Amino acid sequence: MEPFTNVRGVAAPMLSANIDTDVIMPKQFLKGIDRSGLDSGVFHDLRFLPDGRKNPDFVLNRAPWCDAKFLVVGPNFGCGSSREHAVWGLRQLGIRALIGSSFAGIFFDNCKRNGVLLIELTQEQVGDVGKAVSEESTALIEIDLPAQKISLADGATLGFAIDDLRKDALVSGLDAIGGTLKLSDEIEQFERRHFAAHPWLS
Amino acid sequence: MFEDAKEPRTLYDKHIDSHTIRELDEHGHVLLYIDRQVANEYTSPQAFSGLREAGRKVRRPSATLGVVDHVNPTSPSRTAAVADAGGARQVSYFGQNCAEFGIELFDILDGRQGIEHVVAPEQGFILPGMVIAAGDSHTTTYGALGAFGFGIGTSEIEHLLATQTLVYKKLKAMRVVVDGALAPAVTSKDVIMALIGRIGASGASGYAIEFCGSAIDAMSVEARMTICNMAVEAGARGAFMAPDDKVYAYLADKPRAPKGEMWTRALAQWRELYSDPGAHFDRVVTLDAAELGPMVTWGTSPDQVVSIDGSVPDPQKEPDLLKRGDMQRALRYMALEPGTRLDTIPITHAFIGSCTNSRIEDLRSAARVLRGRAVAGHVRAMIVPGSTLVKRQAEEEGLAQQFIDAGFEWRQSGCSMCLAMNDDVLAPGDRCASSTNRNFEGRQGAGARTHLMSPAMVAAAAIAGRLADVREEDRADLED
Repeated sequence: MEPFTNVRGVAAPMLSANIDTDVIMPKQFLKGIDRSGLDSGVFHDLRFLPDGRKNPDFVLNRAPWCDAKFLVVGPNFGCGSSREHAVWGLRQLGIRALIGSSFAGIFFDNCKRNGVLLIELTQEQVGDVGKAVSEESTALIEIDLPAQKISLADGATLGFAIDDLRKDALVSGLDAIGGTLKLSDEIEQFERRHFAAHPWLS
Repeated sequence: MFEDAKEPRTLYDKHIDSHTIRELDEHGHVLLYIDRQVANEYTSPQAFSGLREAGRKVRRPSATLGVVDHVNPTSPSRTAAVADAGGARQVSYFGQNCAEFGIELFDILDGRQGIEHVVAPEQGFILPGMVIAAGDSHTTTYGALGAFGFGIGTSEIEHLLATQTLVYKKLKAMRVVVDGALAPAVTSKDVIMALIGRIGASGASGYAIEFCGSAIDAMSVEARMTICNMAVEAGARGAFMAPDDKVYAYLADKPRAPKGEMWTRALAQWRELYSDPGAHFDRVVTLDAAELGPMVTWGTSPDQVVSIDGSVPDPQKEPDLLKRGDMQRALRYMALEPGTRLDTIPITHAFIGSCTNSRIEDLRSAARVLRGRAVAGHVRAMIVPGSTLVKRQAEEEGLAQQFIDAGFEWRQSGCSMCLAMNDDVLAPGDRCASSTNRNFEGRQGAGARTHLMSPAMVAAAAIAGRLADVREEDRADLED
């Protein structure tokens, strides 16, 4: 997983509430057994018209947002299905971070496991950032994860909170399974106690 | 077992405390032991590939049950053939993975196949006090059995298979108290839809929800599963309920439930699974069951919901501009005008199925509404039982023949048109009365429109050819 430190890029506003993972990655793109080729599925029904042409009204089809590395999103982004394909697709499209007021729980964890930074701000702050990046001239922003800081095009900065565990995982890009496997002895001891206390589970 | 606990604890606290291997920080992150998981063919392939690439093993193969459910066809005669090449590859790769890693699999032709969240409880694979995680958001269903279940993504499945644990952040706890008696023809589906309407699609974001109250106590275990299942549509990352005698009666004859002396020992522990008096809940919501009518969604988010005797709301009356925009967008997609009475909206399709509402009593409630009447001529109506066992039981009870006589297609089990990953897909512009859980844009087919409701309400709509109040059917019966 690619480490996230200091990333500069265009942010695209998508401020509707409850954008669900069916919309982010429609069902016809869920038929693989690997992670490849999902960039063409992201927001498919919004990005493309029924005849297959790009929808000129959709923000990610317009310059400069077609090169977006960040999305500024409405509340409860990523709700619905657990499909991690939604995050794989966003990542393949080049999205490195999302800024919003709230994210759905499973989507949140899926992002963490794929190096995608989720930044939670107040709805008012999200509205302000969304407004700023809606202008072509001020769409470029910078996110500094180690410093926990967003810099807008006009020089204004916003701090954000993130717990150390998630921050370290994103900054280092390390494999979580490897870390947990180091605790194998503790897992085994727990298992022994657990099954002794609840033998019908073993 | 908990005598050293000073503070009163919620049942959620008890579930998490009893499965915590170690705390990982001071912000509520723990290494959490997971008792069991269910795996399906569509969210697991990359997890198995990841294990293989890293040379890792499945830590505890017996903790996983594999079930093919999302992509298999449901055509009336059972076949293992999956027409779609991608789906076929997922099914065959899943079979290969389960065989190689030693995981038990209910494949398409297995007599126990069905939707994972229907199959796992009916096999007795889910027991009170367990913590369950699975690669499907509706894993919350298992709260109804006194367990704690939640959905995870594919990377977490891989972590779980390799370690039997997850790095988990403790949630806040919400208590939803549903007191009073439900009116006739009002179901647990209406309760959970009303709750989602009340608190919103992200109202329980960051929470685990406990459901309790006299209306919950009065419900069957199956009806409770419907409630816990859809808690995720309010944003909840898990649902829990204190198990009671109904749960124990439900489990007693299930194949994998403990038996004999082991049952007695288990039962003694299960009876400790409740929230202590005075336990702290971060939020409490109360619903009066007696006030609820049959609910139906009008929009493209499960919280866009009203009672069937209501009308499509007017976005102009919504002061929040962001919300107003979302409502306008939903109405455009649904091709509905503000002020339209819900019970005048014509449908093209009726679908009864999904992990929310496809269990035997769901089918019984739909059959009761049909009672000799026929599906409207312009409506294609389908029933997809939740499992092969449910299907067989419905056939034995004579329900299947009633559905067929009324004009419903009687199909094989699977997730089917709930998310339309198999060949059960709606066309653009189709409008479906559906007993499923999500009315998202494109969920049942690109450009298709979904109205969520209870199975009895779907049956009423199928007969009327439009969204209809199931209570009218009841009244018509009384007048007969």
